Amino acid sequence: MDHIQWNGFKPGIWQEQIDVRDFILTNVTPYSGDESFLAGPTERTSRLMEKLNALLDAERAAGGVLGIDTEHVSSLTTYQPGYLDRENEIIVGLQTSSPLVRGVNPFGGIRMARNACEAYGYKLSDKIEDEFQYRTTHNDGVYRVYSDEMRKARKSAVITGLPDAYGRGRIIGDYRRAALYGIDRLISEKQKDKAKIAAEDLDAEKIRLLEELYQQINFLGKLKEMAAMYGYDISLPASNAREAAQWTYFAYLGSIKEQNGAAMSLGRVSTFLDIYIERDMKNGILDESGAQEIIDDFVMKLRMARHLRTPEYNELFGGDPMWITESLGGMAEDGRTLVSKSSFRFLHTLYNLGPAPEPNLTVLWSADLPESFKRYCAKVSSDTDSIQYENDDLMRKIYGDDYAIACCVSAMKIGKQMQFFGARCNLPKLLLLALNGGYDVTSGIAIGPQHEVMDAETLDYDAVCARLNEYRSWLCRLYVNTMNAIHYMHDKYAYEKTQMALHDTNVERFMAFGVAGLSVFVDSLSAIKYATVRPIRDENGYITEFDTVGSFPMFGNDDDRVDDIARQNLRLMIEELRKTPAYRGAIHTLSVLTITSNVVYGKKTGSTPDGRKKGEPFAPGANPMHGREKNGALASLNSVAKLPYECCRDGISNTFSIVPDTLGKSSDERITNLVSILSGYFAQNAHHINVNVLNREMLLAAYENPDLYPNLTIRVSGYAVNFHKLSREQQREVLMRTFHEAL
Amino acid sequence: MTGRIHSFQSLGTLDGPGVRFVVFMQGCPLRCLCCHNPDTWDASGGEEFTAEEIFQKMLRFRPYFSSIGGITVSGGEPLLQSDFVYELFSMCQECGISTCLDTSGCFPERGKLLDVCDTVLLDIKMTTPEEYLSFSGCDMSKPLRFLDMLEEHGVDTWIRQVIIPGLNDNRGNIERLNNLISGKSCIKKVELLPFRKLCTEKYRELGIDFPLADTPEATAGTIKTLSSMLRY
Repeated sequence: MDHIQWNGFKPGIWQEQIDVRDFILTNVTPYSGDESFLAGPTERTSRLMEKLNALLDAERAAGGVLGIDTEHVSSLTTYQPGYLDRENEIIVGLQTSSPLVRGVNPFGGIRMARNACEAYGYKLSDKIEDEFQYRTTHNDGVYRVYSDEMRKARKSAVITGLPDAYGRGRIIGDYRRAALYGIDRLISEKQKDKAKIAAEDLDAEKIRLLEELYQQINFLGKLKEMAAMYGYDISLPASNAREAAQWTYFAYLGSIKEQNGAAMSLGRVSTFLDIYIERDMKNGILDESGAQEIIDDFVMKLRMARHLRTPEYNELFGGDPMWITESLGGMAEDGRTLVSKSSFRFLHTLYNLGPAPEPNLTVLWSADLPESFKRYCAKVSSDTDSIQYENDDLMRKIYGDDYAIACCVSAMKIGKQMQFFGARCNLPKLLLLALNGGYDVTSGIAIGPQHEVMDAETLDYDAVCARLNEYRSWLCRLYVNTMNAIHYMHDKYAYEKTQMALHDTNVERFMAFGVAGLSVFVDSLSAIKYATVRPIRDENGYITEFDTVGSFPMFGNDDDRVDDIARQNLRLMIEELRKTPAYRGAIHTLSVLTITSNVVYGKKTGSTPDGRKKGEPFAPGANPMHGREKNGALASLNSVAKLPYECCRDGISNTFSIVPDTLGKSSDERITNLVSILSGYFAQNAHHINVNVLNREMLLAAYENPDLYPNLTIRVSGYAVNFHKLSREQQREVLMRTFHEAL
Repeated sequence: MTGRIHSFQSLGTLDGPGVRFVVFMQGCPLRCLCCHNPDTWDASGGEEFTAEEIFQKMLRFRPYFSSIGGITVSGGEPLLQSDFVYELFSMCQECGISTCLDTSGCFPERGKLLDVCDTVLLDIKMTTPEEYLSFSGCDMSKPLRFLDMLEEHGVDTWIRQVIIPGLNDNRGNIERLNNLISGKSCIKKVELLPFRKLCTEKYRELGIDFPLADTPEATAGTIKTLSSMLRY
């Protein structure tokens, strides 16, 4: 098969079958030079950005939501076309008909949509309320089948953050397919798949897939319609760089119009687009300034993406995040780097447009990346605090060289794998539940195996572990079954038609479980093992406090005595989860990631044997608890690096904040040292790190006067946020948390 | 053999080239007015470790060193335990790990240790004999003799001085410093460090008066101005 739009590309298997990876590997121009080729913003870009900044100011002034379209249900063709600046935009398309105005998406649950409108002073229209009287939402479905125990687990927050009232997200459509193949080709491939399956013996699984394929094809059609409303025909492949960015963006835009998934990531588009840019440059129709302008405009559009959330949701996932994660760099399996000039161009948007949390720029780090790219990344980190790093050498072995990160740390092969997002369970709460024989003091709920409260003057490590085993086993079974119910219903009532149309028909599925409060949990076990922990009971006989005497090794000091407890418990967790089969044959995975919810989880958890008091925040993700590191930052990194990725295939998140003075004296030294730190950390098979290079004084000032620092971006677990968008509690937690500052 | 150690810092970027594992030795008889580690003075404090144990600890951080980083022994005053440091540095050099000694140079050293130092950070605290003596309690001839030895042994040397407002933040001091170090080819770098008071809390905890409690911190501007006058 051939298209005139493909002229100038090297031919390959990618023409015969849907295979974007093959297209990239056949046509990529790896770049190992430095950043000196980059161009600043054009006048047009600066003008657009001014306009956008004014809108962002207005949004902030309006309390975080500029507007809500309460009349329409969000989907691909329900709104008239919207523009930031119709005459000047080179990439077009908005979620609703007006910039930053949020759409309503009740498919996950009508109550959530209604409450979100009301929280910002709007009222969901009667029209939508009426329509959804006769529709079953994902949330309705889930509550039809939740058991009493599941409801209690949810209410007591031993399992928490469940995607049972909003889109589950964490699915990456291969948006590049729209640009490379055009929609007509994608439709015809899906039709072939559908015909083939229809000819087989039909069981429930196949019939479901057939209906899904029908929906996929239907929504590919709607995607074309949506583009047509903006004056574009995307039935055929994109013919130049600007069109490639536009087609790719349309595919993404259709997805976020259709779904309000918690994290809807972009994938890995920069080096794909680079191939088009290189071709246009060779043909003399594009220069560097023009190339950067396309990327800048594309990124500007991504920065305008919004979902309507309730305040409670924002308390859990602070900062109004979208997790439009774009994975940059990495290596090809054949040893070439996948860093292209456009990897630089994407990072460069942080200078041209100013620092911002979205898109969530994620560098796939390999020891073999070109040195100049490593240095440029370190420079961008120091200057903007806006990027995160993940270990390509670790992930490439498992996912090949065309995977991307969904959300913060979840790797998947693009267009070939998807995941069922599984929120997380609260490990410290599980420990307290076990000690109290199945009673959660904080919520007053009895749940799990019912036993006597652990009756001992001081806690015995082996006895506690034995009891913990029983509760872990109970929890894991409940956790898997709860997820099975949620994702069955999500597939049934809120299936991701557009995104799945941009996947192969037969995909591999993960079910991604998570743990929160790892460091509190392992330090508590360490206290029980190495110090003397005397439980203190309340008037009802339940343990509510601990008297811990003596010292004990703490996670974050590169001390195997406690780091082994962490390793061992993660292994036990995933092994136990695997014992209960996951919906649709999904592969069980586990993450150590809390996003910003470590604050809320801590609030809902009683005092713990490690000395943490009731209600105090946990450390985020896999971070050691702040103030417990005695040997400096690298010892802390070493402890986290020991956590086994093979048990935590959904990612291990670590947030590293350092003041510039601690990183080195000159800017050049700081870049060199940051590269050394990243290299050392990843050489030990660590998975992920967020890097913040910032002054405590500046954060304090931003805490006092958030409005004066509208663009202050910092990295929290797995993503970046505008500091001013965090709740006061989350801001305080960030302030208190370790700054690695040598005295 | 064993040494008395005050503490470790796994991420040192200010004491020698690159990323360094820093060992703070316990014990120092000097009483420099600006000392920011008063908790290292007592030579009977700290914890005992064998050189092998420290070496093993350091190895855990080797992945971060790249080609320029390594180990720095600071203090306290490492020259007080120079046999121990010698043993530790010998092991490091055998493995190709860069070694760096951070010292006042105030104590006799026969030269053996210098054979296993890749870099020495030498603190020239003051630049007149009177000021030096009253500031630290030591005779200025000692660090200068030490500097001569560094020159003889050809050890890469970084000269450092803490700039303290009212004490040495003046042109005359920098000119004298220029004279003291002139003609020494071993000197690769001269760093002026701003006086800071992050140690105030430590003094309070130890119940010791911080002699410079009322002295202001040095500003970045002062450091910049004085640094521009350096000649080496």
